[in-house]
Amino acid sequence: MAHEHAHDDAHGHDDHAHGPDKGIMRWIKTTNHKDLGTLYLFFSFTMFFIGGLMSLVIRAELFQPGLQFVDPELFNQFTTMHALVMIFGGVMPGFVGLANWMVPMMIGCSDLALPRVNNWGFWLLPFAFTMLLSTFFLPGGAPAGGWTIYPPLVLQTGNSFPILIFAIHLMGISSITGAINIVVTILNMRAPGMTLLKMPLFVWTWLITAYLLIAVMPVLAGAVTMLLTDKYFGTSFFNAAGGGDPVMFEHIFWFFGHPEVYIMILPAFGIISSIIPTFARKPLFGYASMVYAVASIAFLSFIVWAHHMFTVGIPLAGELFFMFSTMLIAVPTGVKVFNWIATMWGGSMTYETPMLFAIAFVFLFSIGGFSGLSLALAPVDFQYHNTYFVVAHFHYVLVPGAVFSIIAAIYYWIPKWTGRMYNETAGKWHFWLSSIFINVTFFPQHFLGLAGMPRRIPDYAVQFTDFNMVSTVGAFGFFVSQFIFIFNVLACCYGWFGRTRNVSNQVWEGATGLEWSVPSPAPYHTFEDQPLVGDDGMPVHGDAVAAAAH
Amino acid sequence: MAAEPESPEQNSDRRTRRYTTAKLLLVVAGMFGFGFALVPMYNALCQLTNLNGKDKGMLVSSNVQEHEDDSREVTVQFLTTVNGGRVWSFAANQAQIKVHPGKLYTVMFTAKNEEDNAVVGQAVPSVVPWSAARHLHKTECFCFTQQPFAANEEKQMPVRFMLDPDLPRDVNMVTLSYTFFDVTQLAQSVSKPKS
Repeated sequence: MAHEHAHDDAHGHDDHAHGPDKGIMRWIKTTNHKDLGTLYLFFSFTMFFIGGLMSLVIRAELFQPGLQFVDPELFNQFTTMHALVMIFGGVMPGFVGLANWMVPMMIGCSDLALPRVNNWGFWLLPFAFTMLLSTFFLPGGAPAGGWTIYPPLVLQTGNSFPILIFAIHLMGISSITGAINIVVTILNMRAPGMTLLKMPLFVWTWLITAYLLIAVMPVLAGAVTMLLTDKYFGTSFFNAAGGGDPVMFEHIFWFFGHPEVYIMILPAFGIISSIIPTFARKPLFGYASMVYAVASIAFLSFIVWAHHMFTVGIPLAGELFFMFSTMLIAVPTGVKVFNWIATMWGGSMTYETPMLFAIAFVFLFSIGGFSGLSLALAPVDFQYHNTYFVVAHFHYVLVPGAVFSIIAAIYYWIPKWTGRMYNETAGKWHFWLSSIFINVTFFPQHFLGLAGMPRRIPDYAVQFTDFNMVSTVGAFGFFVSQFIFIFNVLACCYGWFGRTRNVSNQVWEGATGLEWSVPSPAPYHTFEDQPLVGDDGMPVHGDAVAAAAH
Repeated sequence: MAAEPESPEQNSDRRTRRYTTAKLLLVVAGMFGFGFALVPMYNALCQLTNLNGKDKGMLVSSNVQEHEDDSREVTVQFLTTVNGGRVWSFAANQAQIKVHPGKLYTVMFTAKNEEDNAVVGQAVPSVVPWSAARHLHKTECFCFTQQPFAANEEKQMPVRFMLDPDLPRDVNMVTLSYTFFDVTQLAQSVSKPKS
């Protein structure tokens, strides 16, 4: 991992007192936002790979009815751990890595506000996930009660239970430190002229995401602490025998859980809002409405949680309230989708790999949004609840949604990070194979769910066989396609297509924003002297700066 | 790091950053507390709206005045469940009875400890429909306290209850459900610090 992108070029840094350390200690001790961004992204890749392998075990088992490869207990462990690893290890650190790299470069400051906290926040994660994954080797195995950790089922977990709780606490602390860091940076360290309503959408969405994290991760920490004391210290928060109520856990969990799903999609909205204007060569349509839409989505996310639990027996008035408040979210989300389309309308479009992934995001995320609207209908949800329709829905918003946006972001910004252009042909292959296989994997799951196949079950009735086989083939195809991506990323980092770094500062013809005003690769320290930001969001140079200063 | 003297400007920058950080940490602490505050809020809301079929009157004895309304007849059904399906056999002596609102009735439940060691049980009541919960009053119930059982002991346990005449007119069947929980460990861990 100790490659040194951006630093074996000998020129340009002699005037800086401190460059990166050499060797492994550079990565352990680093407080540099670019190094930590890289670490976060490599960590996220590793977790996507591990979580992906788990999903292949699940899909292999579901290729045919009956039990072939794993026993039901191990199957449940894989479904539970797949979700925890992908959510807390893959998607969230992926977005934090992108924020680390891009937020300071987009608002024109030299680093995040709390660099040492940043280092700590990252290094908690490898420990948290080593602990979590080690539970597979404990007597009783890994947690198997689903990632939603509902009591009383989760309280039957064996030795791995306290480790699960402690790992969730560590992940929570890591997320909270990252979020605080980002808020403090954005609020206090913007370059002169970078007013709030001039910030790139990626910075805006991350600011709001960070507030969501600060608001709900402590609630999750509280909920899992209550689980811990229920199991070991004789409290009865969720124990009906002692006057508690297991349904209350679901309320507390989803009070965290619903904002959490927006934590996993709002930064994606920011990425797509950066990429589409670049390749449409037009400014983003409806910038202010985009900002207000994100803020509305964030607000609504706090008052819709019980749509995850329509079937627990909430009163009719509650079903109606949560149904209509949920459907209301379609309005700001629709504003965003229409704005992206309006940005592309009449633009001089080109279809480089990041743009392809961005367009696929708009289309496929909308499909996930529509199945979400179906699920929001309380009477319909009684039929869909806990079926594969739900699995299809949230994988459509998370894989061609969140994950595609992370992939698009990496293709979009990696020339800036490494100074080398990725291989466009390989990128196109990666895009088309990913887009086809992801639909092959998850589209049939809609039909399985509508036909009544329950989720989290290792075996199924024979009439579901065909669609399951198609889905499994798609999953393996998608997994294998990602090796093209890994190859492309590593090729950029290590210069497998030649050592030359010949990318211009702007990289993309239509790109605007502060990050495109620094050299490619971005030097280890950028914006040590803050630029003055003009109305177009670009630095004002030379005489103009002097003139503005006086 | 290099010890460069800081300008007053940098100093004030650092102070604003610390101030923002401290504010955000307060929010974190507040939200951690809010998670726990949801517990009493949830219970209060449940009692206010009779959510979950739980009412204050379900768990404590209430004083009631009998004033029978024999023009109405309501069926009361009794459901019994043992959590986890072990430890006890537990059933109502009659599956259902017909009652007049405003009159006290006594029904008997039988529970037998099928284990060879002493256990402590706690019954948790629930009423369907929820609109009936606040109109069901109990002067005596085995669910008011924990029930100790000797090894293989069988107990007859009474419930004395009344539906008040304000029961909504559209309710003609009320289901009273009891779930028996094994609280042997819970009872020990609670009583230990006291002794």
